[in-house]
Order: sequence, then structure tokens, then C-alpha cells
Amino acid sequence: MFVELNNLLNTTPDRAEQGKLTLLCDAKTDGSFLVHHFLSFYLKANCKVCFVALIQSFSHYSIVGQKLGVSLTMARERGQLVFLEGLKSAVDVVFQAQKEPHPLQFLREANAGNLKPLFEFVREALKPVDSGEARWTYPVLLVDDLSVLLSLGMGAVAVLDFIHYCRATVCWELKASILYLMQGNMVVLVHDSGDAEDEENDILLNGLSHQSHLILRAEGLATGFCRDVHGQLRILWRRPSQPAVHRDQSFTYQYKIQDKSVSFFAKGMSPAVL
Amino acid sequence: MAAVATCGSVAASTGSAVATASKSNVTSFQRRGPRASVTNDSGPRLVSIAGTRPSVRNGQLLVSTGLPALDQLLGGGLAVGTVLLIEEDKYNIYSPLLFKYFLAEGIVNGHTLLVASAKEDPANILQELPAPLLDDKCKKEFDEDVYNHKTPESNIKMKIAWRYQLLPKMEIGPVSSSRFGHYYDASKRMPQELIEASNWHGFFLPEKISSTLKVEPCSLTPGYTKLLQFIQNIIYEEGFDGSNPQKKQRNILRIGIQNLGSPLWGDDICCAENGGNSHSLTKFLYVLRGLLRTSLSACIITMPTHLIQNKAIIARVTTLSDVVVGLESFIGSERETNPLYKDYHGLIHIRQIPRLNNLICDESDVKDLAFKLKRKLFTIECITKLRSYDLRRQRYFLSRHLQRKFSIKKNPYFKKPHTLKKIY
Repeated sequence: MFVELNNLLNTTPDRAEQGKLTLLCDAKTDGSFLVHHFLSFYLKANCKVCFVALIQSFSHYSIVGQKLGVSLTMARERGQLVFLEGLKSAVDVVFQAQKEPHPLQFLREANAGNLKPLFEFVREALKPVDSGEARWTYPVLLVDDLSVLLSLGMGAVAVLDFIHYCRATVCWELKASILYLMQGNMVVLVHDSGDAEDEENDILLNGLSHQSHLILRAEGLATGFCRDVHGQLRILWRRPSQPAVHRDQSFTYQYKIQDKSVSFFAKGMSPAVL
Repeated sequence: MAAVATCGSVAASTGSAVATASKSNVTSFQRRGPRASVTNDSGPRLVSIAGTRPSVRNGQLLVSTGLPALDQLLGGGLAVGTVLLIEEDKYNIYSPLLFKYFLAEGIVNGHTLLVASAKEDPANILQELPAPLLDDKCKKEFDEDVYNHKTPESNIKMKIAWRYQLLPKMEIGPVSSSRFGHYYDASKRMPQELIEASNWHGFFLPEKISSTLKVEPCSLTPGYTKLLQFIQNIIYEEGFDGSNPQKKQRNILRIGIQNLGSPLWGDDICCAENGGNSHSLTKFLYVLRGLLRTSLSACIITMPTHLIQNKAIIARVTTLSDVVVGLESFIGSERETNPLYKDYHGLIHIRQIPRLNNLICDESDVKDLAFKLKRKLFTIECITKLRSYDLRRQRYFLSRHLQRKFSIKKNPYFKKPHTLKKIY
């Protein structure tokens, strides 16, 4: 996790907000550093994480995670992390007939209507274990790249339904034996296509923007490529329950990504320029 | 060339280090957490495959694209397990060249090739590969030549146009023999013996579409489905995914797919804006990505993106590919008569470079690049000749600088009274 980003978001792994949907969005740049941040953040916060990684392989996240101080292999071994590797599963699904329903079943079907098998997988992964002791603090669902689901033939409405079901399960889940609300968090990444007139993507992005509590938008600079400033991050909090003053706060920072961390600074205050 | 890098500093599970590559150049290195998860053990493996080298940044395995200048722009080469997407130029003149350079590099290094095309028979494509400029037999003579010509260039002290010395030097000519990245002579054909000695597989769509291969139910176009099955068969049977651990000598599989997305493959994204198969291509790319990530292979795809009607598909295709390079030739456009571009044949745009196993990528600072196909070589050069990269120094722009230095007449009318005075 990036300490500077934690400061900007005013959170630490110990006292993070629960029951929230965070939307990560990138336009004209690569926003995957935010995914790595949240993955390591929630693993350090001792949460049970279900990571649906559709765009990169496990070793990619593992190697970057080691730079940020978490070991994904160890987390997976002790049951803290449930990792769905989309690429490997897709190869299995397409080339071998599966007996049980597979989370990526829709790849085999011509007109798959919904993402129900994927939702079942997520629900199964984040189901609270009835062992009595609470090992993990709260469940977290991370999805790297919902836009890939659109590329794979799902409609925007199907993906929004999937997110809705996941939110109902993850963010408000009632444990049967002990009556307390175990509210989980969700973090999803969507690409913003910008000029590309991708209507489905726009529907998905707008729908999620209205549902989410925190939106982190990584944008490329309007003036183009710069070696010292890699982009701009807009942070938008949406708190409908708060009074109007605190309701929708928005901050903008520029950032530069380094090997193991990301440094943030106010617009125009890059150390290279000063 | 010596490549020394230490990847990762986490002492936890597997330490790894990249050994110094000596002049005789048998690069051997220990790669931690291999990107192609070929084996199940987590310990470091000693990998040494011909024609590959570890990346300086994170020790990842790289192969050459066949053009050393392009390798340099991509941060050292194409990573194994990734896709290089070439957006074809308008009349498809220069993209087959890049395709052939990639395959020729595979033959010279002894890699296995898989050539897929819907237009040309792969055997014919292989016959037209360019010949490598460096032959092992006449290596000695060539080395002498290069040694004589190489040093004077770098030692020239420029007196007038001294700003040119600050330009980044791009390799535009043959250098001494290197295991990684060769130069090719576009005017000659690859010797027949080299082609016959290589191990290659061809996929020619008109032949395969009629045969009765068992087709798994999938919503892709039949052409794509068959191609995916073919690729998966080759990867599995020849052990590129580590399924056969008895194989001692590991090799790289170079996959080349030509004109993917064109109507010849049965896809209609180039014909209609909202066709029935609009997800076929993106699904194909996704499954291909899955196949590549779990095997020791690299893929080049040329795609006529200028024909795709729906712009959203181009954006999705770009996301699903790793490296995206666009070619824009000047033929038939108004840029052909632009004096700025008179030495070049087209522009080359590096649209995307992947961030693999890392938060950052090796993006080149130089963004305006042009290519030209000389009689023998295909070269890539930066089009802005004069540029300053340091913010603290003054910037010089070409036309003004030259005007000051060489007194180029800006406006002849202002000069006239001066010359008239001299005559009288």
C-alpha cells in the first residue's frame, strides 16, 4: 500500500471504513497501481480478500505485492486470499468441458445472460467460516477490470446486476449464529474509454459512479506525456447521509509512480518543476 | 553486452540474481517466480534459452522483435508471454515487413514458429523472409568492417551543430554480432537451408476450415476457434507450457497471426458497425492471452484497425493486448508532400507498453518516431532532429536555430533594399 495515498484518503489498515464500494477508474492511463494499493492494504488489514483477477496472471500481482510488502502466496495458503485467475480459468473452460459450473462459464455459451456462476463463486469464497473464532476482520471483494467482462460478451446490465448482487452479499451480510453485521468492502476497476464511444462501458461506469462511496479516477495529463508527472488522481467522496457541506468532497492530485511507491503532490508542484 | 541486474530485494522466499553476461555471451540467470508458471516448484530455476535475455528492470525474459530499434523502444525487447499488436498501415505495405522480421528472428535463433494466415499459405510467407545480415561464416570479416566504421562516428566533435551530439543515439546500422537482435537485409531472401532446418507449423485457414476437427461449442467464429485449438495443441504437444518436464532443451514458440480481424477470418467487424460477432475478436484475444501467459511463447498479430468500424472495439483490443504499435504510412496522404517528412516513409506510434511484474514500465521519452525502408534496412528514427530534454537548458527549435546559424532568408523582400544599395 502507498502510505501517501493512505494519508490522502485519511485511512489506515486498522481503521478503514466498512461497507463501502470503491470505484477505480482510469482514463488514458494505466490505473492498475491503485489495484495493487488496495490489495496490499486489505491484506495488511487482516481481511478476507476475494480477488477476481481477469486481466493479469497471479505471478504479476504476487511480484508487485512483494515490493509493497505482502506475500500473496502465503496469504493464499493460509486462506486469507481467494484468487480467481481469469486467464488460466478461461483456458480451462474453453478447451475442456467442465462438469461443475465454472465461474467463467459464460465463455462457452453463445448468449450468456448473466454472471450467476461468478457470483456463486464470490459468495462461496467470502462465506464466513463457522469456526467460532473470527480470524479475519471483514470480507473484501476486489475485481480487476470489469471492462474485460464487457469485452467477453456480457452486457453492461448483466455486469451491473452482478455488482448489485455482490454488494448485497458482501456489504451487508448477516452472520446467522452470532448476530452482528459483517460489512465488507468492494473495490472494482473500470476503464474509461473517453473518446472511443463505448456505450456499454459508459453505462457501466455511470451506473457504478452513482452507487459507489469513493471514486478514484486516474487520468493522463491533458497536455500529454511527461516523464516526471505520470498522471492526475481525482478523489471523490460520495456521502449521501452527511450534511451538504461534507457530502461530495473532491480533491485532485498529480502523481509520479516509482519502483515501490507512488508520490503525490498538488497540481503543478512536481519536484521536477520546482 | 553485459547485463547486470538484481531483481527484487525481498529475502523471504526465493532470492535471485542475474549473473553477469560475459563477452562470449552465454547468458544464464536465475529467474524468480517465472512468468510462465511452467513448473510447480517455487524455487529459482536456471534458464538459458537461445535468443532471449533478461530484462534489466526486473529480470523478465525478453525476446527480440527482429528490429533492434524497436526493441530499444519497447524497453529491451518483447516479454515472453505477451502479445505484440501491430496496427496495420493503410495499404498493408510495411506491417508484413515487421511480421516477417519477427519470424526471421525466430529462425535465426532456432525458435519454433507458428504462422497463421487466412490470406497466404504460411509456406509462402516463410519463403519471403529477409536474409539475416550477419552470417556466422563471414562474421569475422564483418566484424572488421564494423570496427572500422563504428568508432569514427562517435568520436566526431561537432563544431557548428554541436547540439546534435546530445541526441540519443539510436542504432541505425549493423553492430557487431550479438545473440539478441539481428539485422536483416530486406532485399535478399532467407537461405533455404535455414528455413528447412527450422521447426515451424503453419495454419492456413482455407485448408483448416474444411477439415473436420472436433469443434468445441464456443461463441467464437469458427476460424478463431480452430486457430485457438491449433495453438493450444502445439503448445501442449511440444511442451511449451511445461507439461513435459523431461524435455531438457527448452525453447520459445513464436506465434505470428496475420490480418487478424479481417473479413478473411470470417469476422465482420471490418464490414459492419454492430455485427453479430462483435465479441468474437476480443474473446479470442483474451483466451490467447491466457494461453500465452502460461507458456514460453511470444506472439505478433497484425490487425487492420483502420478498417474496424466500431471504435469501441479498437479500445478493447488495445486493453487486451500488451504491446501496441501503430504504423502510419505516408502513401496517399497529404503528408507525402510535407517537407518535414520527405526522408521517411511513415510514422510509427508506440501506443501501449505493458507494466508487467512492476508498477512502472520503460516508456521511451521519444514520442515522434518515423520509419523508412532503405534498400536494405528498415530504420526507425526520431523525427524531431533537435531537442533538449533538460528543463534547465534552453530549447532550440529547428527552423529558428538554422536561420540564425546559416542565415536562411526568411523574407526576401526585406533583403532587397540592402542588395540594391550594394550595387550602387
